[in-house]
Amino acid sequence: MTLHLVGHHHRTAAARTRPVLDVKDLTKVYGQGEATVHALRGVSLTVAAGDYVAIMGSSGSGKSTLMNILGCLDVPSTGTYHLDGVDVSRLDDARLALVRNRRIGFVFQSFNLIPRTSAVANVELPLAYAGIKPAERRRRALAALDMVGLAGRADHEPNQLSGGQQQRVAVARALVTEPALILADEPTGNLDSRSTEEVLGILDQLHAAGRTIVMITHETEVAARARRLVTLFDGRITTDVRQDGAR
Amino acid sequence: MSLLEILRFAGRGVAANKLRSALTMLGILIGVAAVILLVAVGNGSAQAVNRSIEALGTNTITVSSTARGGTTPSALTVDIAQSLHDPALAPDVRAVSPVVSSAPTMTHAGTEYPVAQFLGTHPTYFGSSNSPLAAGAAFTDQDVAQGRRVVVLGRTVATELFADTDPVGQQVTVGGALFTVVGVLAEKSSASGFADPDDLAVAPLTAVQQTITGYGPVNSILVEATGPDRVNAAQQQVTQILNQRLDLPAGTTATGRGGAGADAAPYRIQNAAQLLATRTETAQTFTVLLGTVAGISLLVGGIGITNIMLVTVTERTREIGIRKALGAPRRTILTQFLAEATMLSVLGGGLGVAAALIGSRFTIVGVQPVIVPSSVALALGVSVAIGLFFGSVPASRAAGLRPIDALRYE
Repeated sequence: MTLHLVGHHHRTAAARTRPVLDVKDLTKVYGQGEATVHALRGVSLTVAAGDYVAIMGSSGSGKSTLMNILGCLDVPSTGTYHLDGVDVSRLDDARLALVRNRRIGFVFQSFNLIPRTSAVANVELPLAYAGIKPAERRRRALAALDMVGLAGRADHEPNQLSGGQQQRVAVARALVTEPALILADEPTGNLDSRSTEEVLGILDQLHAAGRTIVMITHETEVAARARRLVTLFDGRITTDVRQDGAR
Repeated sequence: MSLLEILRFAGRGVAANKLRSALTMLGILIGVAAVILLVAVGNGSAQAVNRSIEALGTNTITVSSTARGGTTPSALTVDIAQSLHDPALAPDVRAVSPVVSSAPTMTHAGTEYPVAQFLGTHPTYFGSSNSPLAAGAAFTDQDVAQGRRVVVLGRTVATELFADTDPVGQQVTVGGALFTVVGVLAEKSSASGFADPDDLAVAPLTAVQQTITGYGPVNSILVEATGPDRVNAAQQQVTQILNQRLDLPAGTTATGRGGAGADAAPYRIQNAAQLLATRTETAQTFTVLLGTVAGISLLVGGIGITNIMLVTVTERTREIGIRKALGAPRRTILTQFLAEATMLSVLGGGLGVAAALIGSRFTIVGVQPVIVPSSVALALGVSVAIGLFFGSVPASRAAGLRPIDALRYE
């Protein structure tokens, strides 16, 4: 498994054509005996590089479980998961941490910035865990903040920023490692309509720049911004449609 | 990620809640300062006791009479004292000074002073009892032989009777007889709680017997051994001669300690080295006791660190989840929280050492503390160990959190 991890990363020619995300027959079972819960009952999904996918579903449809597995925060009960060509469905904790650090950028509903820590330090954090030198880190973090239009707020702490600004800092943190996949879990769930528009605008830009984005949401108008809409019901994919994604 | 950066994260964690960090450190500070300071107090009092006992002379044996009747055959006499000075039977005895003692009132030009001890003895007494003269000269064997009325005063007596004037050559009245002052003893260092060792006057044995005590038995005999390591041998030889002279069974011993039994000898032998050993032992027990009490307070401080780190970990569960989601390895989280706990304990320990060093400059309950360097190293080492040990439970709990659980935590 280590070989897989190291081997495939920068073969850019192959990476272009290979799907970023390739999930086959994913199931997830919680509990035992009578208390058994089948959160996922066989999900198969392929996402090509540069795609912008929205996953919708009501509460209890299994979308949070799918999100955790796609984000390498949890492992499936059965089925396989290839991320950027690497089989990550059976990795141990330490390797999953490495995959999360290098290949996935997270945007959470509740922003999840580290409190009492400046915006630029928050954005630097994944680079710090990746072992990148401070000067290089600072340069890349400032560039990412500039991209989300917050270069002027680099020294502000999270409690000095509005919700929309905090979420933009979180987006900057997600893209600063140049991950194969940006995973957004209800990114606009805690935002007002103006901030929602700002954040979705940035996601549109990232898509235009060729980033692969998977977004989980329950708001149809947010899901409408994506190029592909996957609907989840009772642990299975029920619809999977292309849409134009224009506003 | 370098250790330096993990330490920076840890430092930020410590600084995030300053009051709480300060109070936690205070626990360790008090513990460390208490260990160092109390051990220093114990050490200081042991040294003070040693000094005061050494001042009495460590290679002397005091034989004192316990017989009630003044002139019973078992009483100590000048003859018996002289028989102890026997190069054949007692090769380890260097000098023997018979001592008679009384407490008369001394008078000089209308000033009266009740001296605590007015001793009549031989000139060897000055050497044996480690009492050098500060002014004038001691009396001689010739003075003893002729019963000349001369006297050497202790510092306290000299001050009481003569104030600032030089007493040497002056005359004092003791029990109706005139004595000429020939010398003044040097001041002895006095430990608190002991009788004033400078409140005495020393005159030739014959002169004192003639004027005050009469020609009865002597109160005690001061025996000086040839060296500190020969004290026990000298004591055995003295015991043997005394038993023989007083017609006691050969096995009779008398060592002053242990109380008087039915077949106890009519005399008692005290040995300065024994006294020193007993006092040193007592002082060591005292130090260990103080150190243990202080060690317990250090332990309590350590438990305080565990407690506060557990609170910190619970409070920052979400932050730990975020760090893990961003790819922080288990080891990094573990190191960060261990470093936070160790920073608290080391800072507290360092401040504790500083507090102890400042505190040791003051006299505590009459004792000047003497810092034991090893106790400083030990206390600092223990405070580092406390950080690592008591921080390990909360740190491993933080490192073991699953990111999905930690992120969901409110």
